Amino acid sequence: MRKLLFGNLMRLPLTEPAPLPSDAAMEELANAVDTASRRRLGRSLSIRAVDAGSCNGCELEMQALNNPFYDIERFGIRFVASPRHADVLLVTGPVTKNMREALERTYNATPAPKWVVALGGCARDGGCFAGSYAVVGGVSKVVPVDLHIPGCPPSPTDILRGLLALLERASMGGRAS
Amino acid sequence: MSTLSYILEKGRSVPHHAPWPRAIADADLWTSAMRALSEGGLVLLGLWGEGSAVHMALLDEPAGTIGALSLEGLDSAGYPSVAQSHPPALRLERAIRDLTGLEPQDLPDSRPWLDHGRWDLRHPLGERGSALPEVSPYAFLRAEGEGVHQIPVGPVHAGIIEPGHFRFTANGETVVRLEERLGYVHKGTEALMAGADLSRGAQLAGRVSGDSTVSYAYAFAQAVEAAVGLVVPPRAIWLRALMAELERLANHVGDIGAICNDAAFPLMLAHCGVLRERVLRASNAAFGHRLMRDRIVPGGVASDLNDDGAAGLRSLLAEIRRRFPPLVELYDNTTSLQDRTVGTGRLRAELAREYGAGGYVGRASGRGFDARQVLRYPPYDSLAFDVPVLNDGDVNARVWIRIREVEQSLSLVEQILDHLPIGPIFNAIPTVDDRREGIALVEGFRGDILVWLRLAPGGRIDRCHLRDPSWFQWPLLEAAIEGNIVADFPLCNKSFNCSYSGHDL
Repeated sequence: MRKLLFGNLMRLPLTEPAPLPSDAAMEELANAVDTASRRRLGRSLSIRAVDAGSCNGCELEMQALNNPFYDIERFGIRFVASPRHADVLLVTGPVTKNMREALERTYNATPAPKWVVALGGCARDGGCFAGSYAVVGGVSKVVPVDLHIPGCPPSPTDILRGLLALLERASMGGRAS
Repeated sequence: MSTLSYILEKGRSVPHHAPWPRAIADADLWTSAMRALSEGGLVLLGLWGEGSAVHMALLDEPAGTIGALSLEGLDSAGYPSVAQSHPPALRLERAIRDLTGLEPQDLPDSRPWLDHGRWDLRHPLGERGSALPEVSPYAFLRAEGEGVHQIPVGPVHAGIIEPGHFRFTANGETVVRLEERLGYVHKGTEALMAGADLSRGAQLAGRVSGDSTVSYAYAFAQAVEAAVGLVVPPRAIWLRALMAELERLANHVGDIGAICNDAAFPLMLAHCGVLRERVLRASNAAFGHRLMRDRIVPGGVASDLNDDGAAGLRSLLAEIRRRFPPLVELYDNTTSLQDRTVGTGRLRAELAREYGAGGYVGRASGRGFDARQVLRYPPYDSLAFDVPVLNDGDVNARVWIRIREVEQSLSLVEQILDHLPIGPIFNAIPTVDDRREGIALVEGFRGDILVWLRLAPGGRIDRCHLRDPSWFQWPLLEAAIEGNIVADFPLCNKSFNCSYSGHDL
């Protein structure tokens, strides 16, 4: 283990510079988020991930945010184990009917102020599963959504851009439900 | 004559079913297949239903062949339950009952499985009926005794993982029973497949399980091509295998790190996470998508590999070959880590064999089946590789199988890059004016993925069934956890890494 640890001292860091918040995400936010303050949120964001029927593709890219390349914690963004610790619910999937109640309960267990981010094509409108007897079709049909991050799945950089946009808006004073 | 061909020859052969035969059975033949399953002469590859028919896919392991057997023209009396003599069929039959309404006679467990009573209808793949007015609570199996208590977990978990419910019954720290309840991410994929054209079918197949998107698209494409009798250009065949090996590499290195992380050893997660990210980036540079989603299509592949992409993959190989061995050494020499993985979550070889467990779950418990090797589908028939097998059946053995498979995949990627044929990458699917059926078994990182489909005249999908390896691995996790402590469940679970979405479909 020592060899590995010493080796790492000699190498350049893998972590990459932060991406700029994307314009489209900013624009969507401008419409969706209006009130809340930096005082209430500070410069940190705690995220509870909820898989509401995803194929697991979005989860894989979410997990990648924790790897040394993206190192999401340096932005004050971290994934937490309970909705009671969360500011943001990051929801994936076309919301299956079998997960609808669990999503509602998770939302209700999250203290205000809170934001909901719908991640991926399925979370927006059901994606290619829209119209199935087994899916509701989009997160906003179940809980209010503040931001949508598109992609199938969105890359870690796309997710990071969207979250940074949310963070910047929220610190300037955006709506929280 | 092999057991399978003997059974299939006694049935009525179905025309245009390729590349392996399908036969229609009567009740006696169905029962003799059931007997062959329960006696271990055959392995159950899949069991699914539609309208008034049930089908089973069977593997004759010594002969290296597969085939399908069907019971057709079923009425309200149903069909003889396979699960009453062969337990691996149980959840499949509960799912058939939910989706089609076909009743397995004397089914040992008649609780619903995928249907949680939340849909607006019943039997979406059979004669549709209206939903029951009331949802009855799910009756978990009982475990009683002094000091025994229950721990309910999920469907929403503490990490970034898929939803499912685990009901632990524990005596102090020791797990007495684990019962899984799945179906939370059921999206009705097979109902969406019915009537879809082939490009939509491929899109849906590629979204059955995100970590196996290549393998599902691969299996779907092979089933379609078998059905219409299409020959795919050699370059496309090799590129498919290249993508499949990259997918296997990414998942294996990522999971090795994640398993160690669950044993409180995040250093491995950090290093393995770097390797996984490198694979995804090289895949993105080579094929234009990090997970290579929608890159395999019926008829060939959707994007070609250029010189830059190939060079990127070669430098990826060099990097993993340089960085992976010290990590293996670290895993092997860290006693605090070994203390958690050796002897933990032991899966007995008999169970792995009975359930036909695929992938690292089976291979760590003495079952050496690998579709790439046994069925020798091209290009694997011209590539050199070993299928590692261990007998310990514990978390440690499953980690070692993955380590060995990483090494094999590195060699396969290199062989493919060295011998990649030049030429076109796509052949258009011909229109066929009669009913055609195809079946495919492709080795994904988790195990063998089965796709069976029937095309209607004109080429639209009439019925498509996709079977994830997890169907036969989830029940084994329940068995492997018994007698371990609750705190070792994450380790056992991660070392199995069963798919939720692939199972729930």
